[in-house]
Amino acid sequence: MILAHADQATRRYGDVLALDRVDLTVSAGELVGLLGPNGAGKSTLINMLVGLRRPSAGRVELFGGDPRQPASRRQLGVTPQETGLPGTLRVSEVVDFVAAHFPDPVPRGELLDRFGLTDQAKRQTGGLSGGQRRRLAVALAFVGRPRLVVLDEPTTGLDVEARHTLWEAIRSFHADGGTVLLSSHYLEEVEALAQRVVVLGQGRVLADDTVGAIRDIVGVRRVSLAADDLPALPGVVATEHTDGRTHLLTTDADQLVRDLVTAGVAFRDLEVRPTSLEEAFLTITAADPTRTTADPAGTGTATSAAVGGRPTA
Amino acid sequence: MPLTLVHARYQLLEIIRVPVAVVGSAFFPAAAMLFFVVPFAGDDPTGATYATAAMVTFAVMSANIFQYGIGVAEDRDQPWNPYTRTLPAGPEPRLAGRILAGLVLTYLSMLPVVIIAAVATAARVTPVGLLLGAVTVAVVSVPFTLLGLAIGYSLPSKAAIVVAQVIFFPLAFGGGLLSAPGDAPGFIQVVAPFLPTRGAVELMWAAVGDWRPDPLALAMLGVWIVLLAALSGWAYRRDEGRRFS
Repeated sequence: MILAHADQATRRYGDVLALDRVDLTVSAGELVGLLGPNGAGKSTLINMLVGLRRPSAGRVELFGGDPRQPASRRQLGVTPQETGLPGTLRVSEVVDFVAAHFPDPVPRGELLDRFGLTDQAKRQTGGLSGGQRRRLAVALAFVGRPRLVVLDEPTTGLDVEARHTLWEAIRSFHADGGTVLLSSHYLEEVEALAQRVVVLGQGRVLADDTVGAIRDIVGVRRVSLAADDLPALPGVVATEHTDGRTHLLTTDADQLVRDLVTAGVAFRDLEVRPTSLEEAFLTITAADPTRTTADPAGTGTATSAAVGGRPTA
Repeated sequence: MPLTLVHARYQLLEIIRVPVAVVGSAFFPAAAMLFFVVPFAGDDPTGATYATAAMVTFAVMSANIFQYGIGVAEDRDQPWNPYTRTLPAGPEPRLAGRILAGLVLTYLSMLPVVIIAAVATAARVTPVGLLLGAVTVAVVSVPFTLLGLAIGYSLPSKAAIVVAQVIFFPLAFGGGLLSAPGDAPGFIQVVAPFLPTRGAVELMWAAVGDWRPDPLALAMLGVWIVLLAALSGWAYRRDEGRRFS
C-alpha cells in the first residue's frame, strides 16, 4: 500500500527551481531517509507531502488523496521545528491542543512517559532545554496514532544521548508497523535508522536505494596510511589528515594501492575500508559536475549521478 | 464546533500569558478618553455619551487592526503555524477560533473606556442602549478584523507593524473619532463618510443615542466590508507561510 507519493513533483519559488520533477513513493512499513544538503529540496518535498505547499507542476498524494485536504492528513504525524513551539504554553497544553485534532489520541500521560517528559508536563515550553523541546516536538508527531510519520531533521542540534533516545522511539514505532519518512543532513542518522535512502541534490533525486546499495553505487573506499610525503595520485576524491595518518577517498582502492606501490612511496599501516554514507554522499553531490547523468530515480544503475549540491549553510 | 473553541482557548491562553499585549490595545483609547473626553465633554451628557461611543469605536479599531495585523503576521513567521496546518483540520477552526479570541479581547480592551465614562463623565446610556452598543461592537469589528487579516496575511511581520500604525491614525482622525459629531474640521467632514471608521462610529452613536446615521457613511461601510473581505480572502489563499523556503 502506498502512503505517500510524488509524481514528477516540481516547485518553483520565483526563478528558483527548488524541486525538479521528483518521483518518490513511500509504501506502508518502510523507513525512508531523505538525504541531502541544505537547499537540496528536502523541506520543499516534505512540505508538499504534508499539505503545506502545492506543487507548481506534477502531483503529490497522501493516503491516496490530496495532502491539502484535511481528511488526507488524519493518519499523518508531523514534527514541528523545536524552535516553533509556543513558548508560553505548558507541555501538557501543547499535547492536549494537538490531541484535540485526532479521534483517538494517545493519552497524554502515556505519551509524555514514552518521551521522558512526565516531569516537565507543567512547564512552559519556552523554559525547556533544547533536548526536551526536541523530544516534545517529536512526541507531537505520535499523538494521533499515525500510520505515517514525517520527521524533518528530527535531531538537529541534539547531543548524542538525546539523539539515541529519539532514534529508539522512531525504531520502536517502525517495529510496530509504522511508516517513517525522515529527512536529515546527519548522514549518521539516516544510516542508523533508514533501510532505504533517497538522495536529493539541487532539487533532483540523485539516488534512491538501500543504504548498502548507495554505498556500493558510489563505491568509495577509504585508504588510510601513514606516510611522510605523498605524490599527487590519480583517482583520489578527497584527502584528510588526522593524527599523523593520511586518509584518501577513492572510487578505485585497488588501483590507488598499485599506484602507491609503483610510485615507491614509503608508507606504513595501510588500511582499506568502506566509507560511511557521509563520504559516499559527499561524492555523489560534489563529484565531477560533467557527469550529470541524474539517472531516473530508483533504477540503481547509475555509477555516479553527480550534481553539485549547494553548499551547506 | 468544539475545535473552534479549542483554538480560541489556546489563542487566549497565549495572549493572556503575556498580558502586556492586552494592556497595549486598551491603553490608547483609555488615555485618549482621560485626556480629551473627560476634561472637555465630561459634563455634557449627550456629548460625553457620543464621545465615549467614539472612543469605544477607536478601541475596537485599534484592538482589531493590531491583534490581527501584527498577530497574524507574527504567527506566520513562527514555525508553529505551518505545523498546525499539517493537523487534520481545515483552516476554518483556526480562523474561527482566532476571531472568537479576538472578539473577547476587543471587549476587554474597550472595558476601561466604558468604566472611565461611567465614573468620570456624565455619559448616560439606557440598559437597552448598552446592550445595543455591545452588539454593535461585534458588528463594527467586522471591517477592522478583515483589515487586520488582510494586513497580517499579506505582509511580513515587520512590515505589518508599520502598515498597521500608518493606517490606524488617518482612519481614527479622518473618520472623526476624535471630534464630536458634526463638529469636526471641514476637510474631515468631507473625507469621513468614505472611511470605514465613520460608518462604524455612526452605528455606535445610533446604538447608544438618538443619532441618525449618515446613509453615505453606512453605504461606504458596506463597500469597505466587501472590499476588505475580498482582499483578506485573497491574501489568505495565497499565503503559504513565509515567502521563502
